[in-house]
Amino acid sequence: MTGHALPLRSRLAAKGLDGVTLMAVPAAIFLIALFIYPFGYGLWLSFKPKDGGWFLANYVKFFSDPFLYDTIYTTLALAFPVTIVNLLFAVPVAFRVRLMKHQRLLTTILVLPITLGTVLVAEGMLNYFGPQGWFIRTLVSTGLFSPGQIKLVNNYWGVFISLVITGFPFTFLLTLSYVSGIDPALEQAAATLGARSAARFRHIFLPLLMPGLAITFCLSFVQAYSVLPSAVLLGAPAGPTRVISIAAYQAAFEQYDRPMASAIAMIMGFVQFAVVVAALSLRNLFYRGPAAGAKG
Amino acid sequence: MATHSTFKSLRLDGVGRDFGTMNALKDLSLEIKRGEFIALLGPSGCGKSTALNCIAGLLPTTRGSIFLDDRRIDTLPTEDRGFGMVFQSYALFPHMTVRANIGFGLKMQGVPKTEAEPRIDRAIKTVRLESQAHKLPGQLSGGQQQRVAIARAIAVDPPLVLMDEPLSNLDAKLRLEMRQEIRRIHQSLGCITIYVTHDQDEALSLADRIVVLRDGMIRQVGTPEDLYARPAHLDVAEFMGFRNRITGRVLSRDGTSVQLSVGGTTMDGVLQETAPGDTAVAAIRPDDMVPVASDAHGIDATVEAIEYRGRDFFGQARSSTGDELFFRSETRVVPGETLRLGAEPARVLVYAGE
Amino acid sequence: MSTAVLDTPSAAPATPATMRSVGSRLWIIAVWTTMIFFIVNLFGIIAAVVTSSFATRWLRSWLPQGWTTKWYFSAWAEFQLTEVLVVTFQIVGAVVLLSGLIGVPAAYALARREFPGKKALMLLFLLPLLVPPVTFGIPLATVLYQSGLGGTMWGVILANLVPTVPFVILVMIPFIEQIDPRVEAAARVFGAGTLRMFVHVLLPLLMPGILAALLLVLVRTIAMFELTFLTAGPTSQTLVVALYYAVFAAGVRAVQSIDAMAVVYMVTTLIWLVIALRFVNPTQMVTRAKRPSH
Repeated sequence: MTGHALPLRSRLAAKGLDGVTLMAVPAAIFLIALFIYPFGYGLWLSFKPKDGGWFLANYVKFFSDPFLYDTIYTTLALAFPVTIVNLLFAVPVAFRVRLMKHQRLLTTILVLPITLGTVLVAEGMLNYFGPQGWFIRTLVSTGLFSPGQIKLVNNYWGVFISLVITGFPFTFLLTLSYVSGIDPALEQAAATLGARSAARFRHIFLPLLMPGLAITFCLSFVQAYSVLPSAVLLGAPAGPTRVISIAAYQAAFEQYDRPMASAIAMIMGFVQFAVVVAALSLRNLFYRGPAAGAKG
Repeated sequence: MATHSTFKSLRLDGVGRDFGTMNALKDLSLEIKRGEFIALLGPSGCGKSTALNCIAGLLPTTRGSIFLDDRRIDTLPTEDRGFGMVFQSYALFPHMTVRANIGFGLKMQGVPKTEAEPRIDRAIKTVRLESQAHKLPGQLSGGQQQRVAIARAIAVDPPLVLMDEPLSNLDAKLRLEMRQEIRRIHQSLGCITIYVTHDQDEALSLADRIVVLRDGMIRQVGTPEDLYARPAHLDVAEFMGFRNRITGRVLSRDGTSVQLSVGGTTMDGVLQETAPGDTAVAAIRPDDMVPVASDAHGIDATVEAIEYRGRDFFGQARSSTGDELFFRSETRVVPGETLRLGAEPARVLVYAGE
Repeated sequence: MSTAVLDTPSAAPATPATMRSVGSRLWIIAVWTTMIFFIVNLFGIIAAVVTSSFATRWLRSWLPQGWTTKWYFSAWAEFQLTEVLVVTFQIVGAVVLLSGLIGVPAAYALARREFPGKKALMLLFLLPLLVPPVTFGIPLATVLYQSGLGGTMWGVILANLVPTVPFVILVMIPFIEQIDPRVEAAARVFGAGTLRMFVHVLLPLLMPGILAALLLVLVRTIAMFELTFLTAGPTSQTLVVALYYAVFAAGVRAVQSIDAMAVVYMVTTLIWLVIALRFVNPTQMVTRAKRPSH
């Protein structure tokens, strides 16, 4: 096939560029305009401090003011434990549920908190875990606790619990889909070769599941890291649960300092990115390929 | 773990398995001697895979017991039975090299490395995969993956190798090749091989004994020659390639020879069951059914289709009684032609009618 | 049978094998107890909201003193729920329609063609789903406010489309891939042009997938708090944002009134969730791709 003998149209079509490919153009333009451009603009804006000055002034301000830079630590101190707790519970539960015939009822129940969202869960938790709520009442009625001894809302634990309630189902459903993607014949094969359940988990499931768990970790972490409504409604937004998204929101909508807000958003994105990159490079240490048995 | 090198036989004693209210496997009793190659043959849903999974311990049995010599093994979990199994999908561990796959069983048994290495080498050599040992299963062809699966199963020196339709994912040419390989490997090991298949050719060419299962029950156990020549039941006969079934009335009986009246004509055959009723069914392979002289014993039929097969013709015809018949012809016949089709009486197997 | 096999309580369950040891039984019980504890508390949270919304007075007791429906009327008036609901459905409707119109053709192109830069394009469509809304919401809101769209209904719609368009694309790609391209080729052989082929052949085949994708978009948009919160003005608030402000300003209104509004929100979401679950598997709410069912 000689290139110059063909009209441009055919040459492009041979490369896969034709009328059908053009159907992806509106979506691409839309996302470039409303996702890529705002990010770029935000980055640019973050270098143009509101009160003038050095282009890094916003970043210097952030990292020299403990009221601002502490938010990174506060957020990580919530997001890491929550993500790890969610994963530690999700893996064993997913391993049991994969053997269940009627998974659907359970998955439907678990999809509820994801669908209802953080705001509703926050309002419900204020009632349920509040000082007069059913949960505390039950604990007190066991006689092990006295009223007022434990406080589960308007502090760190309120946000923590709410992140578990909305985050665990998410982590679990993702893990479940990875776990059920592993061919059950692999486990049976390992069993016929003399591997006990602990060995099957260690030598077969864990290495095959690792890439999926790394992705699950990233997605769950990023969700927990960007917590906003529950940190405000269930936490102590002025102190112990002043997470980075609150700082960004306040800069943007209370101080109207958009360059500063953009700078905080960029820092937030960067920290997430760093954690994700770290998790995914750990993933590269493991086998990455189909987990459905070796066929074809 | 005890070595199994001195065992003599495997015995299934009334093994059964229910799924809910369904009996997938009823009362399977069988004794298999060391060195035997057994094929479990039957259509899908006959219970052959259930039987295999029960022996492997992947499915708990509902009834009965399994013994290796005098040791009861059906109460042991899969991992303590020490059998080798080859899965239909191969189930190779995709994250381990060929070598690691094959060595997995030895590693799980805690065999020291110095002892395991030569055994792995031997297994690799047996399946002729020396040059692929350090690849991942995903980089191998279907036939090579099959060999890895077999090597993995035999590396632990199992008393029993279980194979679940191992050739069903290969193309026709490779299947023939692997068949010979499997037979060769079995002979070199001297263990018991239990091979599940729905393909009677595979069973006939591989097995020392064939167990035909249907609806969870044993229909017949015998050597390939037995089964091919003398199926004990009509359904086994059908499964062994007796495609023609002709229903007739018993006219006379002398020892095992019977004469049937079919429509207006007569057929001679050999009785397979002791007590036929008034009606009986004759089963004939298409290859034995040929056009005969118009005054010979046989059945009249109209040719519906004919195809050339190289050496002879293969035809399809409709009998005067409405049965569909398949036959062989050395000369060309044309659709629409009326023929008398007959067979050697020894090739006509007569079973009790329904 | 000499000794019972004792499983170490690892995360691996027993195969459907013959016997379960004491260890693995305890392990199973532990897993289920945790699960039931989680679900009981989840229902407790939901039940607390519903109970409170029907309570006359509920202080320092297990159950309210009496029952009433009056909070629903007062919440409806106080929070101007008619307007909020109308705005919500206008926004959600526009988001569903537009994400279908933009997303489905793009998914079709990506499912059917290989072209240079396809990987980069896929990354562009994946990123908005991986980056959390708050992170891109703040720069996005800044841009929208600068262009005058901030605070308007169109601003909210555009912001919500950022994650939903990629969502539709990623749900639809595997769905389109499983339709045999020869069906389309056959339609062309019989003389159907691109448009007619799309309308008469492809659309009916794709309908179940589109329906599932759009229902998921609908449920997600009703519940999407962050993006709406960052871009909405007083007249373009959806129900979930109105609920946030109500909870945030708790103390201004009666708790029961806020809870009545929460119940209205819950019912609105759950109706659509129930409809959506008739067409999709719950795991699809998070994993986006269809997985082979077992």
